[in-house]
Amino acid sequence: MKTSRAVAIAERRVGQPGERYYAGRARAVMERSFIAFRSSTWLIILSGFLEPVMYLFSFGYGVGKFIGDIDPGTGTMISYAAFIAPGLLATSAMNGAIYDSTWNVFFKMNESRLYHGMLATSLGPMDVALGEIGWALLRGFIYATGFTIVVAPLGLIPSWWGVLAIPSAVLIAFGFASLGMAVTSYFKSYQQMGFINIALLPIFLFSGSFYPLTVFPGWMQGVIKVFPLWHAIELIRGLTLGVVNAGMLTHVAYFLVMIICGLFFTTRRLNALFMR
Amino acid sequence: MSENLIEVRGLTKKYGDFVAVNGIDFHVQKSESFGFLGPNGAGKSTTMRIIAATSQRTSGEVSVLGKDPEIQGPQIRAHLGVVPQQDNLDAQLTVSENLYIYGRYFGLPSKFIKSKINDLLEFAQLEEKRDVKVEALSGGMKRRLTIARSLVSEPDILILDEPTTGLDPQARHILWDRLFRLKEDGITLLITTHYMDEAEQLCDRLMVMDKGSIMAEGSPAALIKKYSTKEVLEVRFGSDRNAEMAPAMQQLCERIEVLPDRILLYSDDAEAVLESIVAGGNHPNTSLVRRSSLEDVFLRLTGRSLIE
Repeated sequence: MKTSRAVAIAERRVGQPGERYYAGRARAVMERSFIAFRSSTWLIILSGFLEPVMYLFSFGYGVGKFIGDIDPGTGTMISYAAFIAPGLLATSAMNGAIYDSTWNVFFKMNESRLYHGMLATSLGPMDVALGEIGWALLRGFIYATGFTIVVAPLGLIPSWWGVLAIPSAVLIAFGFASLGMAVTSYFKSYQQMGFINIALLPIFLFSGSFYPLTVFPGWMQGVIKVFPLWHAIELIRGLTLGVVNAGMLTHVAYFLVMIICGLFFTTRRLNALFMR
Repeated sequence: MSENLIEVRGLTKKYGDFVAVNGIDFHVQKSESFGFLGPNGAGKSTTMRIIAATSQRTSGEVSVLGKDPEIQGPQIRAHLGVVPQQDNLDAQLTVSENLYIYGRYFGLPSKFIKSKINDLLEFAQLEEKRDVKVEALSGGMKRRLTIARSLVSEPDILILDEPTTGLDPQARHILWDRLFRLKEDGITLLITTHYMDEAEQLCDRLMVMDKGSIMAEGSPAALIKKYSTKEVLEVRFGSDRNAEMAPAMQQLCERIEVLPDRILLYSDDAEAVLESIVAGGNHPNTSLVRRSSLEDVFLRLTGRSLIE
């Protein structure tokens, strides 16, 4: 029997561990998102980028005028805008990642039957998970980079450590995209999806973007320190202000765990849904 | 000697307490066009999904191209083209983009796919729709595109689940014509349908399924020969009188089926049966003599009609 090229390529992974779940072609799934993206509305993409920029100007320079310079706990006084800029940078990475990994994924899973089609090919569920998460994190990365380009010339990133804010934003976006897709894959209705938005608002407001956590009583600080966005902001703020210590590796570890758990549960769930 | 591409023994699939497929055996040979005929819920689609390695069986043995779909799913799927019952084309992409990206899912190089797109568009008679978003296509066009899409990876086996359900007669005939070409090219076809005309047109060999079990298997002609008579006489006495007339009709032929709206009389000479009804002083409101079809086979085997 003739062996077509498709077959030859798919069979490269014969006998490799995990071949049932991963064919090594998450890139094809990302390529699909790219093709769809080329014809989508740029305005929607742009609005996600503008949101943190508008917060920065409104709060950083507006409210900041009344607050004046503050001590973020380092002993050096900085402008209020420089205090909230890293918080908004982390938030833009989160927003970009969440946008594609939640509502868009929900639509593809339930309305467009896109994953049915993908999983009828020689792709595995982890190709789909990684490809979609990879695309979502790319958007988070683009937002974070865009935001950095806006704020760096304004002098809001005083330390050279701030260069590491971009790779950190990738890590953060990866974490949020993984978790976002994992949670979405378990949700069945639009009502349940609404919970994601309800949960995101307090996370955004209370994770320390606009003021230090010390304003809260101890127990509430403990709760907030569970939120991923708090870890993201602490990590990026430490870098942009140049207050770097080994303790920041905890934040990195937090996101690594988030990525692994998100990928694991997404793959498992896709397998349960589409490979029953 | 012919080669078995698919071998299935004792295949069972349960969803909780519900038994969707109940211990079936069959095999499909290379270049054969094999059909599953049965009503909705017979277990046809479930069986197809297990063969296509997108569903896990509860028990039994399945071998597709010598591989076990439960263990070597992606490898098997690399050999298959799948046309699902419900369209799952990528609505955000154009016609040609749909063909392109599907090939990419199989890991095919861009150049290779691009060189095939024109042929595939021609096959699907969609050359003029190349850059149109999929949403704007008619049902028949979408189905043809789905078939073209499934061919991008040059599959050994093409799996078609209810390929013409929901299409108008003209669109169905165009589609059948396309499928005939594939059959002539020697591609192995696996088709589920609840249309007997489709099964008769497209399938070399058929499996009649009902409630998860195989009722009969053979070529359309052989099944008709085995389970029905050459001809059928359909008579209507009006819905209130059909049942009342049944005993008298029973005397006149080999076998009858009493349906709510009509009585079917099975005989090798249906005209003669009609004459003897009239000679007996009974005058049906309408009568029709026709050849036996797979519908009659199904009725005989299950006591029920295919399309309810």
